[in-house]
Amino acid sequence: MRLMLSGKATCNSHGQDSSYFLGWEEYEKNPYDQTRNPQGIIQMGLAENQLSFDLLESWLSENQDIAGFKRNGKSIFRELALFQDYHGLPEFKKALVQFMEEIRGNKVSFDPNKIVLTAGATSANETLIFCLAEKGDAILIPTPYYPGFDRDLKWRTGAEIVPIHCTSSNGFKITARALERAYQEAQNRNLKVKGVLVTNPSNPLGTTMTQAELDLLMDFIIEKQIHLVSDEIYSGTVFSSPNYTSIMEVLSKYEKAEVWDRVHVVYSLSKDLGLPGFRVGAIYSNNDSIVAAATKMSSFGLVSSQTQYFLSALLSDKKFTKNYISENKKRLKKRHASLVSGLQNAGISCLESNAGLFSWVDMRHLLKSNTFKAEMELWEKIVYDVKLNISPGLSCHCSEPGWFRVCFANMTEETLEIAIQRIKAFVESVSRGHDKAIGGKKCLNINLRKKFSKWVFRLSFHDREAGER
Amino acid sequence: MAKEIEAAPSVQLSSIAVSETHGENSPYFAGWKAYDENPYNEASNPSGVIQMGLAENQVSFDLLEEYLETHPEASFRGRGATGFRENALFQDYHGLPTFRKAMASFMEEIRGGRAKFDPRRVVLTAGATAANELLTFVLADRGTAWLVPTPYYPGFDRDLRWRTGVNIVPINCDSSNNFQITTPALEAAYELAESMNIRVSGVLITNPSNPLGVTISRSVLEDILDFITRKNIHLVSDEIYSGSVFSSSEFVSVAEVLEAREYKGSERVHIVYSLSKDLGLPGFRVGTIYSYNDEVVTTARRMSSFTLISSQTQHLLACMLSDKKFTKNYIEVNRTRLRKRYERIIEGLRSAGIECLKGNAGLFCWMNLSPLLEKPTKEGELDLWRTMVHELKLNISPGSSCHCSEPGWFRVCFANMSEHTLEVALERIHKYMEQRRT
Repeated sequence: MRLMLSGKATCNSHGQDSSYFLGWEEYEKNPYDQTRNPQGIIQMGLAENQLSFDLLESWLSENQDIAGFKRNGKSIFRELALFQDYHGLPEFKKALVQFMEEIRGNKVSFDPNKIVLTAGATSANETLIFCLAEKGDAILIPTPYYPGFDRDLKWRTGAEIVPIHCTSSNGFKITARALERAYQEAQNRNLKVKGVLVTNPSNPLGTTMTQAELDLLMDFIIEKQIHLVSDEIYSGTVFSSPNYTSIMEVLSKYEKAEVWDRVHVVYSLSKDLGLPGFRVGAIYSNNDSIVAAATKMSSFGLVSSQTQYFLSALLSDKKFTKNYISENKKRLKKRHASLVSGLQNAGISCLESNAGLFSWVDMRHLLKSNTFKAEMELWEKIVYDVKLNISPGLSCHCSEPGWFRVCFANMTEETLEIAIQRIKAFVESVSRGHDKAIGGKKCLNINLRKKFSKWVFRLSFHDREAGER
Repeated sequence: MAKEIEAAPSVQLSSIAVSETHGENSPYFAGWKAYDENPYNEASNPSGVIQMGLAENQVSFDLLEEYLETHPEASFRGRGATGFRENALFQDYHGLPTFRKAMASFMEEIRGGRAKFDPRRVVLTAGATAANELLTFVLADRGTAWLVPTPYYPGFDRDLRWRTGVNIVPINCDSSNNFQITTPALEAAYELAESMNIRVSGVLITNPSNPLGVTISRSVLEDILDFITRKNIHLVSDEIYSGSVFSSSEFVSVAEVLEAREYKGSERVHIVYSLSKDLGLPGFRVGTIYSYNDEVVTTARRMSSFTLISSQTQHLLACMLSDKKFTKNYIEVNRTRLRKRYERIIEGLRSAGIECLKGNAGLFCWMNLSPLLEKPTKEGELDLWRTMVHELKLNISPGSSCHCSEPGWFRVCFANMSEHTLEVALERIHKYMEQRRT
């Protein structure tokens, strides 16, 4: 008799066999380093913000006492060490909501009593879904979407994701037709739709939602009587127009209606402040039951009190936050422009975007055929020959082959330049017909290819893994 | 222009969200309420409610504070600030290598070097609360059960069951043999589960025990290992109080027993640890899962994405726990102080005519007030408890909240207050017992 593990342990919903993670593995084996490994793979699959650390470091050097657990010269180490109240450090919640308001140009106000702190947005998203859905339920999500959602929203909750297909024909915007189709598909699969989850600004598109899309979403959730989760973790990375409109701003147009109870925001400091290691996420909701349930659930993923205190001081420093927000945007804008123009010179265009830490790059013209198989072949070439780890659209559930997410904020300017040079060289060699066959590298890639193919097969047919109950 | 919407029935939340399995509406929270409304304070409120229901370790903070003062690099101060950026970016679920290594060696040190821990088997989680839930998700399917010896930590009802959908079937222990776990009790619990058509996924023990404050003997550990091997189920040993054993030689970890068996069958065994009790740092959210099962390590690690430890905190503790001079001294001093507190409270209670279970670990003692019960029932216990909370103004934990099968036992914490406050509490008990005699 075999020793049993749970179904969750044996299934593949953690998603770690997807190409999103496989490219990572290849990078780990041969990582680029300016001096020690200039021929290595450049990591362009990691949506990190490394552009503004100097601002954080200088704040830290001027506020050493805060890092040293002191408040007004007095040690509060003991107090912090013991503080495990899942309601969170009041001064931190206050500073956090004020920061969220500042990012939204103070066009909305947030109540610190309606915020729930969690160990990162990963935890926030999962916790929200635990509150809203279970096995037999579905969440509708516009494609392309962040690959991590497959794990975060489905793995332990048992909920399903049904995609809202968006296409390049209209810049991947959400349409009423796409929403209806997704809803219908869920019904056909005998799934009860509990809500829609959107990421705004979008990952991987890097675009902010238009007013029309936001209104459309509101109409849809009102009509269907379902929830709306707006993952706004990139809200501080909007670097050019159109201006950012949070769902909370739209909600304020609906006078205290019942729909207020069904709209929730997720936030985090991992992208805007570049602090993914500190595990700071939040759920914001006007729904008292959700806040109450999520607060209790946050016991399973609280934010370290050391970190809460440190950040409460950082975010309460209005001089710092004002400067940080504007400087960070400037630098992101510049980087974005470098990548976009560099790609343009290589004959590659990007979806027009105004936010995020990445560009949504159109490489359809480089595909041998308009298929995901061709996309995978191109991706393999880019990882192994061009030596860039970028994220293929299929891993983001994009319905059209040929799109790739390319990150630009997790490296130095020099490294970005080198990456652009490599792409240029690659495109030139393709156009000259010196297209390198995968040939010699075949046996090395066979495992990768097998894993990827299996995964593609699963995705296309909504297959369930053996062992999943 | 405001839009008007018709009121409509609101969509349901999930059944987990509306269930009461989080346990927070239980009657025991009345004790907390009484404390919150009238908290004792040495200077400003000396007649308030003394909190004796919180298993916190406040006796050794000075050692931690001293370390921090003399090691600015641990908190990125001074020259240590250079590592800030890398640390802020570090979100790898394998954990900070220096921290993982330091945790493994600290766990070895606590066990007097009698067991070895491989850092590659350490999975980090935000607290033991998260570790226990995560292990349940990995090892047990919805609808199956953990067998847990009573009395047990009330939080397990939420941590093991709420979101996982797993049940707890009690292994009944009683005072006839000092609440030790016996093989007949294990078998009876297993049969009970079977009779309810519930498949058993494993046994979960806390060693040293909360609320008993006693370590589990080697022979009982052997019995438990034999049992889980026979049934081919898992064993989780929650050892979060392992550093709070008053005398180092008295604690036997399941890790030691496994080593002696040359790790045969060890793929069924998993250990939970945390720094909340031994180091007194519950706010920092530092828990670990140590598993001898490769598949469990891999899966648990992936799942830990939902509950990672702040890298800032990992760095701080990596510095502290890698400092062998510090850890050796801390473990010894902490142990001595806890033992002294324990001896004081036992003596104080004894002189008031109250006996406790003979304990050798933990931040609390298991007090026997059964002779004082009007009725030897749960209601009798709750009546006495209400007297404790509202008349003596001591918030202690009634055994029924820990699912104890015998009424009249109470868990009393002693490490979360000053020595003076402990004296005040003992004085109140003395007075009460005197009153009862007249």
